[in-house]
Amino acid sequence: MSLLIHLASTFALLSILAVGGGTAVLPEMQTLLAQQFSIDHTQFVHIYSIGQLAPGPNMLMVLVIGYQIAGLIGAGVVLLSFFLPSSLLCFYMGRLWNRFGESPWRRSIQNALEPISIGLMSSGVYAVAKASVTSSITLALALVTLYLILRTKINPVLVILGSGGLGALLMAYVS
Amino acid sequence: MSLQLKDGAQLTKSPDLRDLFVQFLSIGAISFGGGIIAYERILLVEKRQWLSADEFMAYLAISQTMPGLNSVNMAVLAGDHLRGALGATIATLGLILPGSLFVLGIGLIYANTADHPSINWILGGIAAAATGLLAAITYKIGDTHWRHVQSLAIIVCTFVLMSILKLSLPYVILIMAPISIYLYRPGRSK
Repeated sequence: MSLLIHLASTFALLSILAVGGGTAVLPEMQTLLAQQFSIDHTQFVHIYSIGQLAPGPNMLMVLVIGYQIAGLIGAGVVLLSFFLPSSLLCFYMGRLWNRFGESPWRRSIQNALEPISIGLMSSGVYAVAKASVTSSITLALALVTLYLILRTKINPVLVILGSGGLGALLMAYVS
Repeated sequence: MSLQLKDGAQLTKSPDLRDLFVQFLSIGAISFGGGIIAYERILLVEKRQWLSADEFMAYLAISQTMPGLNSVNMAVLAGDHLRGALGATIATLGLILPGSLFVLGIGLIYANTADHPSINWILGGIAAAATGLLAAITYKIGDTHWRHVQSLAIIVCTFVLMSILKLSLPYVILIMAPISIYLYRPGRSK
């Protein structure tokens, strides 16, 4: 029971902190999960990868984390605690906004939060890269993906699936 | 769904709940590889005309400013706009249901096969590609911020506090938000 409460409070906190979307809390999530729930960095990156393959919001991968820690109930607890607090905040903010309309401060705060969330996303890239780029093969796969996503219109899911297949082949050869 | 035209030849802005659910469910099921906001815009503004382009932009701004996933926040706001609190709930559930079932299915398989070397190789390759994808998305979202000295300074400071000094996220936000809001205060554009 206390495990579930701990899980709920951790993800509720992450939910409220996720300014700029889920990727902004990736490094914090990785740290908290490693320290408090013994989900190591490799596992975390594997689970993150599963989220990239799923339709809908990528951060639904938090359900797998909940499942790993406490089974289906854990997944349910994580779903509620990660999505409910931020959604409620946004709901009431939307109603407030409809009442007050545009104010110069709203624009300013949004402008001010943007570079912070980009900085946090960069930290997210760094955290995920540290755990997943472990060899010259994985480095090459990451760089090729970066290039393909920026320069072509290939569906990202195909790129990721291709990289999974290619990675498996290459690593099977090397080891 | 009712398509009655009101006196001003305006489409009714209260879709029935089932239609709202089905539309967001289909976005949740087909929006692979990010870009859900784009699908939401097509649905809300172009396909069903449930929101005007202006309303959509206003809701997008709130979605991005508030914590939480932008696509989920957009579902909350659009659902509330169309059918109140119940609409917000229905739209959000529709959006996250398909992906939730998907990750749980894969998660079950992963939990039972994580020790198998080939699974680790495949996921290792996928993880490397996911890193490249995340870097690309971050670069694109950063857009013009990478070229503005002030933005870039805030980005770098945030990164250093978080990744190098390893402060926890609440502290990073408590330090950076006041500084950044001061720099971007009203009447001091760019």
